[in-house]
Amino acid sequence: MLLPEPLKGLFKSRSGQPGNGTPQRANPGGAMAGLRSGASGPAPAIRPSRGLEQFFGYIRGQSGLTILDLGGATQKNVSFITDLGHRLYSEDFLRILHESFGPDGEDQSNPGRIEYFLKQALDYPEAQFDGVLVWDVLEYLSPALLTAVIERLQHIVRPKSYLLAFFHADDKQDLVQTYTFRIEGVSALEVSQQEMRRPMQLFNNRSVEKLFGRFDSVKFFLTRERLREVIVKV
Amino acid sequence: MSSMPQGRFEPEGRGGSAAVGKAVKITGQIHTKEDLYVDGEVEGTIEAMEHKLTIGPNGTVKATVRAREVVVLGSIAGNVEATDRLEIRKDAKLVGDIKTARIIIEDGAYFKGSIDIVKPEPARAPSKPSNPANPSSGAAHATAAPVPAGTADAKR
Repeated sequence: MLLPEPLKGLFKSRSGQPGNGTPQRANPGGAMAGLRSGASGPAPAIRPSRGLEQFFGYIRGQSGLTILDLGGATQKNVSFITDLGHRLYSEDFLRILHESFGPDGEDQSNPGRIEYFLKQALDYPEAQFDGVLVWDVLEYLSPALLTAVIERLQHIVRPKSYLLAFFHADDKQDLVQTYTFRIEGVSALEVSQQEMRRPMQLFNNRSVEKLFGRFDSVKFFLTRERLREVIVKV
Repeated sequence: MSSMPQGRFEPEGRGGSAAVGKAVKITGQIHTKEDLYVDGEVEGTIEAMEHKLTIGPNGTVKATVRAREVVVLGSIAGNVEATDRLEIRKDAKLVGDIKTARIIIEDGAYFKGSIDIVKPEPARAPSKPSNPANPSSGAAHATAAPVPAGTADAKR
C-alpha cells in the first residue's frame, strides 16, 4: 500500500522524534502503556544486522540447539530458526511484563513481584539454552528487575553461548521507538516500527558493559536506527 | 456465523464434522474420527489423529491435543501435536509445547512455549516400484510428502 506523502519519511525519523502527523502514542501512563502488537506502522524495512550475523555465526553448522526468543512468536523468526534445525522457545517478554506489573510498570522493585515475573517469563532449568534473542526488551526494566533478569538469563543459558540484545544509542530520551524484529536471513533483519514507549532506563556503552560485566565478553554494533546491537558471550 | 470475527474464519461447511458449541463444557477425553470444531470449553485430552481440529474464537481448551491439523482461533493451554500442520490465528492464544511438521503463526497471535518441527519421515521405499499411474489419494500419510496439507480441506 502506498503511503501518503507525509508518512513516507516516517520510518527514517530519528527515534523519539515522530514525523509530521504521526499518530504517536505519547504513553504518558508509563513504560508499558503501549503494548507491541501486530499493528501496522510505517512499512517495515529490511537492513543488514551485524549482531544477527555474529549470533548465527557462532551457531553455524550446528543443529538441534535450543534457542529462546523473547520477542514473541513471529512467523519469520519461528520458520528461520526451526528451518536451521533448532528448537525454539518463545516468550512474549513485554506482554508478560505488562501483565505482571501493569501498564505503568510500577513496583518493579518488589521482590515478590519480581519472583512472580521470573516464574512467568523465564522459568527454565539451568543451562537450558544455547542462545537467546533478547532484542530490545531490557530497557523497560527497572534496575532491580533488570538485575534479576540478567542473573536469570545467565542461569538458563549454557556457558559459551550468546545473547543478542538491542539498546538505543541515544540514552537521553524520554520516549523511545519500539520495533518488531523479524529475521530475514543470517545477517538481515526486517525492522518494523511500533509505538513510542517510555523506557525505565537507557544505557550508554559503559553501562551496557557494566550490565553484562559478569559475562565473558560484550561486542557492539551501531545500526541505522541508532540502535546498538550487542552480542554477549556467556 | 454471526459469532465469527469479521472475515476471520470460514467454517468451510462444517457438514460432516463434529462440533462442540460455545455453551458446552466437556471434561474428559475426546477421540474423534471426523473433523472437530470446538467453540466451547474442553478440559482433558482431544485426539483427532487423522483429522482436523479447529478451536473456534470462543473455544477454550485446557487439554493435550493431538490431531492431523490444528487451527486455533480461541485459546489452548496444553501441549499440541499436529502431525501435519498447526495454525495459530490472529488473537488466538496457545500456551504449551508444540510438535508439528509445519506451523503458521499470524501477527497478533500469542504463543508461549517451545516449537519442535518434526519433519515427516519420508515414505519408505516400497519393495516394488510404486505405480505412479495409481497414486494413493486419501491416505493421511500422504502428508509426509511435502505437499500442502490443507489441499484436501480446501477442496471441500
